[in-house]
Amino acid sequence: MRPEAERDTAPLLAVRGVTLQYRTQDALVTATYRVSFDVARADRFVVLGPSGCGKSTLLKAVGGYLRPVEGEILLNGERVAGPGPDRALVFQEFDQLLPWKTVRDNIVFALTASGTLPRAEALERAAHFIAKVGLAEFANSFPHTLSGGMKQRVAIARAMAMEPKILLMDEPFAALDALTRAKMQDELLRLWEDVKFTVLFVTHSIPEAIRIGNRILLLTPHPGRARAELNSGGEDTRGADGELVSARIERLLFGTEGSSR
Amino acid sequence: MTHADRPEVVHDVQAGAGFEVAAQPLGLATRLYANGALRKTLLLVALAAAWEIYARALGNPLLFPTFSSTVAALARSLASGEIPRAGAYTLSLLLKGYLAGLAIAALLTAFASLTRIGADLLETLTAMFNPLPSIALLPLALIWFGLGDGSVIFVLVHAVLWAVALNTFSGFKSLSPTLKMVGQNYGLSSVGYVARILIPGAFPSILTGLKVGWAFAWRTLIAAELVFGVSSGSGGLGWYIFENKNQLRIPEVFAGLLTVILFGLFVENVIFRGIEHRTVRRWGMQT
Repeated sequence: MRPEAERDTAPLLAVRGVTLQYRTQDALVTATYRVSFDVARADRFVVLGPSGCGKSTLLKAVGGYLRPVEGEILLNGERVAGPGPDRALVFQEFDQLLPWKTVRDNIVFALTASGTLPRAEALERAAHFIAKVGLAEFANSFPHTLSGGMKQRVAIARAMAMEPKILLMDEPFAALDALTRAKMQDELLRLWEDVKFTVLFVTHSIPEAIRIGNRILLLTPHPGRARAELNSGGEDTRGADGELVSARIERLLFGTEGSSR
Repeated sequence: MTHADRPEVVHDVQAGAGFEVAAQPLGLATRLYANGALRKTLLLVALAAAWEIYARALGNPLLFPTFSSTVAALARSLASGEIPRAGAYTLSLLLKGYLAGLAIAALLTAFASLTRIGADLLETLTAMFNPLPSIALLPLALIWFGLGDGSVIFVLVHAVLWAVALNTFSGFKSLSPTLKMVGQNYGLSSVGYVARILIPGAFPSILTGLKVGWAFAWRTLIAAELVFGVSSGSGGLGWYIFENKNQLRIPEVFAGLLTVILFGLFVENVIFRGIEHRTVRRWGMQT
């Protein structure tokens, strides 16, 4: 334990020289190599990189599903040892809701199973967050009757209801169609304005990273290494040198001037 | 025609203006045919009619009694209390063996899903014992447990255990990794994780296992009773069939078989179907 004063100024999440490896059928793959970054409270911290840069693996390590082979991950100054309800995950897959529970019960279950709240209060909080994501009419529906966007909304509501120290989102909108995705990005920002939660958001989309993040970490692939950490104002604006943020990101990631996409 | 030739079209769509919703009520015949229970009943009636016609044409009640005489024998045995007594006895034995088998399967599968050595154990045991017909263990069981319920229950457990364990475990393994990670995210204990994530998530497979296990148990039990039902004082349905055959009361033999069939239909169509409707269908995990 550190002294109280130091903990206040210390970052909420500190990733220090983290190397991650996982085993496949016939190889030991290094997903990230000595990646370091800090996430402050109320950050919308985006990890951006192409496929194979280990960004999802990094998120899973912060979630506690994977142990770094080198370096350490500190949440509030304490080392992450395993999965826990203080870090709520939202996945890309639509099947992250429990199909045997209604929308309301999915959220209530998350709260009661993790020991966050007793049932009566969990019901109240579930209703509050279901209303926040605009699904009050569907509280008693089973997940298989909902559209992809609605399922992701439930997953976000469920994660937010747990009031975690940090929200971990693994490409939550990647499987949605473009129109729904844009809408969900706006909604996420609206929710953030409302609650000011801390979120670590993984994506491979440059426009999404610029839109969502206030700080963007760029990872290069094979293995994933930190290339840059940029600030974002939510718009793809031109910097002092007249370069668009998106063009700058592409140059940093791919070494070309926006020719790859 | 060039692109420029085609004018752009914008329709003026007004909400609810002058069009009727095209929902046409279905005809009576279509609705009746859509009813699964009715279709199956019709099928059963047709089978019974075919039986009756064939048996009458054959004209040999010793080999193949008619449907009507079988039903008459069934009614007689029901009235005399013979079949209810035999049925109740068989059923109580069946439930004991089935439940014991389920309990052991649950333990084995839970162990297998939490540790790697448990998984290896389950896979090896299943590969060894699943192909072994339960009834082949009966002679051994008789030596171990003597003539009586113990031997039958032992064989029943063997019949149920592997089918249920195998299906349950494969259901656990095929559960989406995302759901597993969601479960871990809540910090559930290992027992809570199995009970609240793995079991409901794998319920379609578990249900299949329960059905297969039930059918195996039925077969094994009737066969076991045929072999040595006499030993345990009050015989079950298998014994009822065997005894009537010895006395050449063939309609009674058929009545006994019919009872077994009716039990099977009831369990499949009422009990398992009911569970399915309340669970996997409602959850959209099976259509």
